[in-house]
Amino acid sequence: MNQRAGFFQRLSSTQIVYLVALVTLILGALLVNSIGRSFFSPGNISSILTGTSVLGFIAIGQTLVILAGSLDLSVPYVTSLASLIAAGVMANNPNNVLSAVLLTLGTAAVIGLANGLIVARLNVHGFIATLGVGLIISGYLATNFKGSFGETPLAFRMVGATGLGPVPISTIIMLACAGLAMLLLHRTRVGHHLYAVGGDIAVARTSGIRVDVPVITAHVICSVLAGMAGLLLASRLGVGSPTVGSQGGYDLLSIAAVVLGGTLLSGGKGTITGTLGGVLIFAMLDNIMSVMQVNPFLKDVVRGVVIVLAVAVYARRRIVSRPERFPAKGSAETPAAQPVPVEGP
Amino acid sequence: MSTALNSERSAILKQNRASRSERLLRAVRTPGGAVFVLLIGLLAAIIVLNPSFGEPSSFIRFVGRTAPIAIAAIGQYFVIVGGEFDLSMGSVVTMQVIVAGNLIRQDDSKVIPVLVLMLVLGAFVGLVNGLITTLLQVPSFIVTLGMMLALLGLVLYWTGGAAQGNPADSFRQIGRGGIQDVPVLDVIPYPVIILTAVAVAGFVLMRRPYGRMLIAVGDNPEAAALAGSRVWWVRTRAFMMSSLSATVAGILLVGYAGVHPSVGRGYEFTAITAVVLGGVVLGGGRGWVLSAAAGAFALESLFTLLNFMGLQATWRDTVQGAIIIIAVAAASRSWQRKRKGASSAAHDEQHQLAAAPTPAEGTEQGGERV
Repeated sequence: MNQRAGFFQRLSSTQIVYLVALVTLILGALLVNSIGRSFFSPGNISSILTGTSVLGFIAIGQTLVILAGSLDLSVPYVTSLASLIAAGVMANNPNNVLSAVLLTLGTAAVIGLANGLIVARLNVHGFIATLGVGLIISGYLATNFKGSFGETPLAFRMVGATGLGPVPISTIIMLACAGLAMLLLHRTRVGHHLYAVGGDIAVARTSGIRVDVPVITAHVICSVLAGMAGLLLASRLGVGSPTVGSQGGYDLLSIAAVVLGGTLLSGGKGTITGTLGGVLIFAMLDNIMSVMQVNPFLKDVVRGVVIVLAVAVYARRRIVSRPERFPAKGSAETPAAQPVPVEGP
Repeated sequence: MSTALNSERSAILKQNRASRSERLLRAVRTPGGAVFVLLIGLLAAIIVLNPSFGEPSSFIRFVGRTAPIAIAAIGQYFVIVGGEFDLSMGSVVTMQVIVAGNLIRQDDSKVIPVLVLMLVLGAFVGLVNGLITTLLQVPSFIVTLGMMLALLGLVLYWTGGAAQGNPADSFRQIGRGGIQDVPVLDVIPYPVIILTAVAVAGFVLMRRPYGRMLIAVGDNPEAAALAGSRVWWVRTRAFMMSSLSATVAGILLVGYAGVHPSVGRGYEFTAITAVVLGGVVLGGGRGWVLSAAAGAFALESLFTLLNFMGLQATWRDTVQGAIIIIAVAAASRSWQRKRKGASSAAHDEQHQLAAAPTPAEGTEQGGERV
């Protein structure tokens, strides 16, 4: 027992995520085989990977925002809005694709900038700021769009439908975005500052970091990636829809995927790789339950239980592995016990 | 000896206390006090637009309509001030509504047992939320998110996602009935009485040791733990109160809205909005329980006002979003101003301590012996 605990502690949280993913994979293969279907058929692998791409885009952005110590609850509405703008501007004309994509991503970036400015400059908690911005967009969508809107041309629809072998193009684009996000986090100044600000904003500020820049950057990137998810959905559905984002529940699911990937919800610690593992676990769960024809309502129950259980595994591990900062003997002599000099008025 | 010391101390305290009006002014300038001013302003605006709203009988009905969300906000307050979130609230409301609809049906004799069952279920959900958050150290955001998905999934699986028949009328009376033939008010709806009871209970609780401890835990759990508080149990009870208040809100909503799986959807975010509008700080440790209820009333009267102004109902979300951002931005400004300290009054000549408390015999420090 002791040895097993030791083995567990030596693993990084990212390694545990992929261990959990592997367990899910094996269990899934056994379950799916037991009803006489193949888990590893090209069709099924392609459907799992397709399932990763939309949530993947959003979860990558969400990882950046959470690492910076904030949250983004506005993503589903940005996604819906993006799908509407894209389909509306394209209007089934292949010549409009480029301008539609640019306009969509530009709008998403502006929303992200608003989120970032509210969080960083107005000192509003990320939860409230993005909930508020999300509600503002949601009211706009509900007032102006009653149903699906616009149409995407065939050439654009092919992006969501084709693939290299079993790997869909959308997944490849998603992985490319993940690669760029990793480069940002590990190779650039803003990336390092992002970790610092998420870890402790006061320490980061006193160390001379402009704390606004990483927070705003993370929010802008997150919204742009939510816009990408909207583009992908527009390409898959062929139309824009005002409810496509909120129906997917992408706000809470993406946060769950990020936390499942071993990122601390309070920020400052976590990786994109882990998040991708979390997204993969969700996609496999969904696929297994679809193939097994589980009642769609029970799927939510399973998802909820898995989220809590998986996070409980890391959380327990974190308690165990944290070393004592001071030996118990010296606690009486710590500086805190000495009288604090009183400052003059 | 002890009484003499006490009276001396209270005299000093009294001398150093600002005048009543100054204290009131100071309270109004905090976010938790400002929400009352906002509420009065909104109500006045509604009455100007629509004078019949100001009649006691229609006003008390407005209070009754708002009671479920105000009760939910009070429950959410306990969790937020303790430094956590409860996102499962909406699903608990849905669950209780469905449970009432399915188990009571038209049988009057089942009302009481099912009511007890609902309260037990509510407390149990809160207990599970609290224990997983505190003992397994899973962030409450994730725990209650999982609970929200799981509960809603179970309820929808149970009912097939369709609306159910309404429960017995005697049960619905709790939400829609009232004491008839009251002078002036015409009718006192039961929800108003229940809301008053919950608000008074919450107010008293926050002044008792448990309430003080909850705020201390929300402010700094490590310090509270070092000071000897059982943080896990303090927080778990807050989660139980949150789920119980969602249960009460659910019972009232059966009367208003009937039984449908969409009742209660989004309730958690509305409750959090109300609490935040009441000046309670996310992250814990700051805020008043009655301000949270006032936040719910401010939100609801804002919607009523927009309704009277002829704004489309679909813009509700937009207004709600803009309002919470503005409210929280203003609140964080005001907390900041406080920290920078316009503390000159404390250093005034007339506010200085007249005499330091002297140690009593046999003790080493000043102050009363317990």
